[in-house]
Amino acid sequence: MAYSDKVIDHYSNPKNVGTLDKASKSVGTGLVGAPECGDVMRLQIQVDEVTGIITDAKFKTFGCGSAIASSSLATEWLKGKSIDEAVTIDNMDLVEELNLPPVKIHCSVLAEDAIKSAINDYRVKNGLKELVFEERIH
Amino acid sequence: MLKLPIYLDHNATTPMDPRVLEAMLPYFVENFGNAASRNHSFGWQAEEAVDYAREQIAQLIGADPKEIIITSGATEGDNLGIKGVFEMYATKGNHIITCTTEHKAVLDTCKHLEKLGAEVTYLEVQPDGLIDLKQLEAAMKPTTILVAIMYANNEIGVIQPVREISAIAKKHGALFFTDAVQAVGKIPVDVNADGIDIMAFTAHKMYGPKGVGALYVRRKNPRVKVTAQIDGGGHERGMRSGTLNVPGIVGFGKAAEVARLDMAADTERISKLRDKLENALKQIDESYVNGNPAHRLPHVSNISFKYVEGEGLMMGFNKDIALSSGSACTSASLEPSYVLKALGLGDDLAHSSLRFGLGRHTTEEQIDFTIKAVTDTVLKLREMSPLWEMFKEGVDIDAIQWAHH
Repeated sequence: MAYSDKVIDHYSNPKNVGTLDKASKSVGTGLVGAPECGDVMRLQIQVDEVTGIITDAKFKTFGCGSAIASSSLATEWLKGKSIDEAVTIDNMDLVEELNLPPVKIHCSVLAEDAIKSAINDYRVKNGLKELVFEERIH
Repeated sequence: MLKLPIYLDHNATTPMDPRVLEAMLPYFVENFGNAASRNHSFGWQAEEAVDYAREQIAQLIGADPKEIIITSGATEGDNLGIKGVFEMYATKGNHIITCTTEHKAVLDTCKHLEKLGAEVTYLEVQPDGLIDLKQLEAAMKPTTILVAIMYANNEIGVIQPVREISAIAKKHGALFFTDAVQAVGKIPVDVNADGIDIMAFTAHKMYGPKGVGALYVRRKNPRVKVTAQIDGGGHERGMRSGTLNVPGIVGFGKAAEVARLDMAADTERISKLRDKLENALKQIDESYVNGNPAHRLPHVSNISFKYVEGEGLMMGFNKDIALSSGSACTSASLEPSYVLKALGLGDDLAHSSLRFGLGRHTTEEQIDFTIKAVTDTVLKLREMSPLWEMFKEGVDIDAIQWAHH
């Protein structure tokens, strides 16, 4: 199976690889996937507590090229968005942008889950109510 | 000058040796006869070519040419060997013993026979990939008609104790079948010394053409017969009908001859390169060689690089280096290699494995390039692996409650 140019680009030059201080109140961390499944994503957001805008986003991913590209692209999209806007990022947007084939859709689902999980982590830390998302079958 | 891409997937298939192609060429256009045409020179010529090739093939494995049944490849050989025994020896019993790391052509054939009334025992392998002979002995029953254990494994290259296995089968009156696809042409295989009754192998893993293989079927001590699975004109002593693929068979014969003559020199050279590759990659932290290192094919190395995922790893160099991974992120199940899992490897290590398969044309320059490319990619991916970061921080990854999906 051939990868799309965009996946190759994100894989070769991943954006925003790194770690934010997960103990900080202004940082939300999402850790999703499982080593047994061959995919683990950790996505972190740094949020401006006054404006609710995501000022920085970092990721680390254990997984295939599509998983790495999905998380790299997700961090790009997160920066500059408010946490309320960020929740609306849909995995199919990632699929479209990266031209992921059907067998790789689960990588984009994982990235969406990571975003939501990071936002909820931030919300809980800051006394906001945890958002409830529809259960989805991966 | 190093030519890219580099091919290190010789367990999947091998390039055809130019000597093989040369031998085959006259049998497409000029000498196109049907080897079963008994009444004219076109047929005689084809038959003569097939007879010669059969001798070349037989010689490689220490067999008699009459014991070579030509097939379309090892998948057919596995099917014919196992199903053929099950049918032929139905009155003697219905029990077959095999193991969990066999090729799918053997495992799925056994599963098919279970639906037809066979009782199959799937022996587990030890962490080094070898079967436990005591377990084999314990699994033998009066109804056991066949022990089907591969000669060498396609993913990790471990060589099973074939002589001990065949002795146990013989002692209990069962036949011994072996899928020897990865072994024949690479290491000395002798059907008599090894006590093999039936053996499947194929041309394209030994620098021959695709689409042609052979099933060795013993004729003496004991005389073995398998029930044909393809009926028709009664070719191949009635065990496998179908017009013979003369150019393919000629190529198979030549490939077998070259393999026999070059084996010692090839093995010496290739195993040195394999060891160089393996020793260099073992220098990477948290890398593990899979399979018993003392009982292993000389050209294979299977290594897990913990905390990086195999497919992602291959992507770092797959435009320059062709090899295989035990990970299967593309399959619907996301299940990693069942062979590696059978060794007791955790899914994380199974997902993190690469199989290096060296061959006759592999050069030291290619190995040096590969060492560097793989090392660089492993290090790069670990920098972006959350698991590596946790490992470095001393977090117990196994203790984390992962959300399985």
